[in-house]
Amino acid sequence: MRYARRYAHPVTMPTVPSHGNEAAERLASMADVTASDGALRRFLHGLPGVDPVGLEARAAALGTRSIKTTAKAYAIDLAISMIDLTTLEGADTPGKVRALCAKALNPDPTDRETPRTAAICVYPDMVATAAEALRGSDVKVASVATAFPAGRAALPVKLADTADAVAAGADEIDMVIDRGAFLAGRYLSVFEEIKAVKEACRRQDGTAARLKVIFETGELSTYDNIRRASWLGMLAGADFIKTSTGKVAVNATPANTLLMLEAVRDFRATTGVQVGVKPAGGIRTTKDAMKFLVLVNETVGEEWLSNEWFRFGASSLLNDLLMQRQKLSTGRYSGPDYVTVD
Amino acid sequence: MAFEYAPAPESRAVVDIAPSYGLFIDGEFREASDGKVFKTVSPSTEEVLSEVAQASAEDVDAAVKAARKAFEKWSALPGAERAKYLFRIARIIQERSRELAVLETLDNGKPIKETRDADLPLVAAHFFYYAGWADKLDHAGFGANPRPLGVAGQVIPWNFPLLMLAWKIAPALAAGNTVVLKPAETTPLSALFFADICRQAGLPKGVVNILTGDGSTGAALVAHDGIDKVAFTGSTGVGKQIARTVAGTDKKLTLELGGKGANIVFDDAPIDQAVEGIVNGIFFNQGQVCCAGSRLLVQESIQDELLDALKRRMSTLRVGDPLDKNTDVGAINSAEQLARITALADSGEAEGAERWAPACELPGAGYWFAPTLFTNVTQAHRIAREEIFGPVLSVLTFRTPAEAVAKANNSQYGLSAGIWTEKGSRMLAVASKLRAGVVWANTFNKFDPTSPFGGFKESGFGREGGRHGLEAYLDV
Repeated sequence: MRYARRYAHPVTMPTVPSHGNEAAERLASMADVTASDGALRRFLHGLPGVDPVGLEARAAALGTRSIKTTAKAYAIDLAISMIDLTTLEGADTPGKVRALCAKALNPDPTDRETPRTAAICVYPDMVATAAEALRGSDVKVASVATAFPAGRAALPVKLADTADAVAAGADEIDMVIDRGAFLAGRYLSVFEEIKAVKEACRRQDGTAARLKVIFETGELSTYDNIRRASWLGMLAGADFIKTSTGKVAVNATPANTLLMLEAVRDFRATTGVQVGVKPAGGIRTTKDAMKFLVLVNETVGEEWLSNEWFRFGASSLLNDLLMQRQKLSTGRYSGPDYVTVD
Repeated sequence: MAFEYAPAPESRAVVDIAPSYGLFIDGEFREASDGKVFKTVSPSTEEVLSEVAQASAEDVDAAVKAARKAFEKWSALPGAERAKYLFRIARIIQERSRELAVLETLDNGKPIKETRDADLPLVAAHFFYYAGWADKLDHAGFGANPRPLGVAGQVIPWNFPLLMLAWKIAPALAAGNTVVLKPAETTPLSALFFADICRQAGLPKGVVNILTGDGSTGAALVAHDGIDKVAFTGSTGVGKQIARTVAGTDKKLTLELGGKGANIVFDDAPIDQAVEGIVNGIFFNQGQVCCAGSRLLVQESIQDELLDALKRRMSTLRVGDPLDKNTDVGAINSAEQLARITALADSGEAEGAERWAPACELPGAGYWFAPTLFTNVTQAHRIAREEIFGPVLSVLTFRTPAEAVAKANNSQYGLSAGIWTEKGSRMLAVASKLRAGVVWANTFNKFDPTSPFGGFKESGFGREGGRHGLEAYLDV
C-alpha cells in the first residue's frame, strides 16, 4: 500500500503574501521602535519574558504526541519536502554538491513519487554548481553568507559575500547575525546589518532572494534573548528566522523552536507579516522531525505547514525519513544500504 | 491539507478486569456479608466494567478487627522491615504502571496521557518516598521513637483514585499504622488492584483492607469505635459531616476538602507560559481537582491580550476518547458530577457572566463537558465562589497587587493559588500574603511527595506529603 500521494510536495501550496500593502503600512507604523538604539532596546526588553521551565515543559509535552499510520505518512512526506539538504564543509567539492543535488531531486530512487526536498544549502562558492545541477526544478538553492558561521567580518565583506551568492543564482540567503553586537546590547547595529543584507539580496530584475536570519541560539543562550532576536530579525525584514548554524554545541531544540514559532505567530498578529521558521542542526531522526511538526501544528497551525514557511536545516535526517517511509509502504524495515549515501 | 492525528489508542489488552470483585479483608477477597453489589462504569462510554461488593456495617467491623489484629505485629516491626514492603509495593506499581494507567483511565475517564505521565509516576514516587521515612522516624522532628496511632479509616475521592490511595496508605504504613480504606463509589477498581499488589508484595494480612461501597460504607467506617484515625479527601459537605461524627471521640482527623484556587496573572507575566499554566490549572483532569486554578485573576491592563491567547490555546485542546494517547481532556467522572457542573455553569450564564467554549465535538455516549471560560465574572457570582469541580474557568480582573491578594483570599476555601510574574520580589511578597496551603509561582498543579499539601479554612486541615505528612499518622 502506498501512502500520502495526495500530500506530496506542497511547494506550490497557496500562501499568505508576506508583504501585502496593509502589512507594509502596519510595519511602517512600527518604525518608531527602530528609530534609535534606545527605542529598540526598550521595545525588545518590553516583550513578555520567557519562563524556561514552562517553555521546556510545553515543548516536552507536545513531544509526547503519538503520530501513527496516515498521520505519520503525511508528516514524513511533509518533512521531506521541508528539508534544506545541507553540506557546509571545508571539503565540499563540485562533485559532492552535484551528488547532493541529485539526492534532493530524487531522494528515493526506488520510489519516484517521493517528494523532493525544499532546497540545497551550500556555501556561496558552490551556488553556481548547485544552480546548474538543479536547473529547471523547483528545488531551491540556498546559500549561507555573511562570513558564516561566525559572522566575524566587516560589513562590506558580508554584503559582498551575499551579493556574490545571489548573483551566482541563490534563491535564498541564510545569514548569521552579529552575536557579539547583540550580546553587547548594540541591537540597532544588528538591525541595520540585517537590513543591509536584505538589500544585498535584491537582484537586478527587482526580485530578491528570500532571507533567512540565523541567530545562533546556542550562543544567545537565554530564551529572553531568543525572543528579542526573533523580533529584531523580523522587524529588519527576515523572511525566515533560523535557530542555528549547526556549528556550535547547542543547535535546534524543541524549546527554542517553539519559542520562535510563538514569535512569528505574535509578529503576524501585530504586523500582518508572515515569517517562516527554520530549526537547523541536531535534527536527525523521523521521530525528532515529527515532534517539530507537532510544534508547528499546535502553535501556528496549518498556515505554516508547508515548505514556504517551515524548513528543516539537516543532512542525515533525510535518509532516516526515507527509511521510515519505506517501512510504512512495505511494512518492513530495510536498512541503511537501501537508501543512497552521498 | 491539515495535519490530522490518526487515532492512537492505548491497548486495553494490558489490563484484565474481572466480572466481579469482593471486599479485601484480612488479606482475602470476600463477598459482602449481605451479598450486595453495585456496578462500576466507564464514564467515557457508560460501559459496565465490573461489579463490586457493597460493604455493610458488618463488613466494616470485620475489616477494622482485621486491621486491629494486624496492628500489633506491624507496628512492632523495625522500621527498616516495614520499608522493605513499601519499597516492594512501589516497585510493583512501577512494573505494573501501564496496566494500572489503562485501568484508571477506564474507570475514571481521565486521559491516558495523564494516568501514564502524572498519576502513576506520582503514586510510585509516594511509596518510594515514605518507604524511605519508615526507619528514620526518630529524625522526623517529632521526638525519639514516635508511636503510630493504630488503625486508620481512610476515605478517598474519585478524581485521582490511586494517587489519593497512595497519599493515604504510604505514610500510614510507614509510620506503623494499619488501614481500612474505602475508595470512591464510582472508581473502586484501582484500589482493588492495589489489594492484589499488597498480596503480590507479601504484605502481612490485615495491614491493608479495602472496602468498596457508597457513602453509607464510608459513614460506618468513620463512625466505627475501633479506629484511631480518620483521613478524608473529598467534598467540604461530607468533610463537615465527618467532623461532626468524630467530635467528642479521641480519633485524630485530617480533612482535605474543596477549593476555589486563584491563579493570579500580573502584567509582567511570561504570557505564553502563563497561558499553559492556566490551561493546566483548570483543564488538567477535566478540572476535577480540589486545588484547580478555577478562578483566573488577571490584571486588567493585559486582560484582552491574555484572553485572546487563552482562547486560541483552548481551541487546540483535544477532547475525546481518554484511551487515545493524544487526548488532552477526557470524560467527566459521573452523570451526577456532570449535572452539577452543568447546573453551576448555567447559573453563571443566568447571573450575567459571558460564556465561551471552543468548537469541539463531544462523543455521544458517556459524560462530557467542553472546556469552558466565563468572562465578566465578579466576586458576587456563584461561579466565582462555589467549587464547580469541572472544566470551567471564571475570569475576574484586578488593578493592583493588593486587590489581587484581597480577591484571592476572599473565598471560603484556601487550598491553592498561583502567581505569574517575572518579578521575583512581587512573587515572594504576594505568596506570603495568600491564605492558601499551596502557592505555585510561574507554574501550577505540580505535585511532589516531598512537598506538604493541605488547606486553609474550609479546604480542611492537616497536611499530606513530605515530613509534615507523617505527623497525621503519629501519636505526637
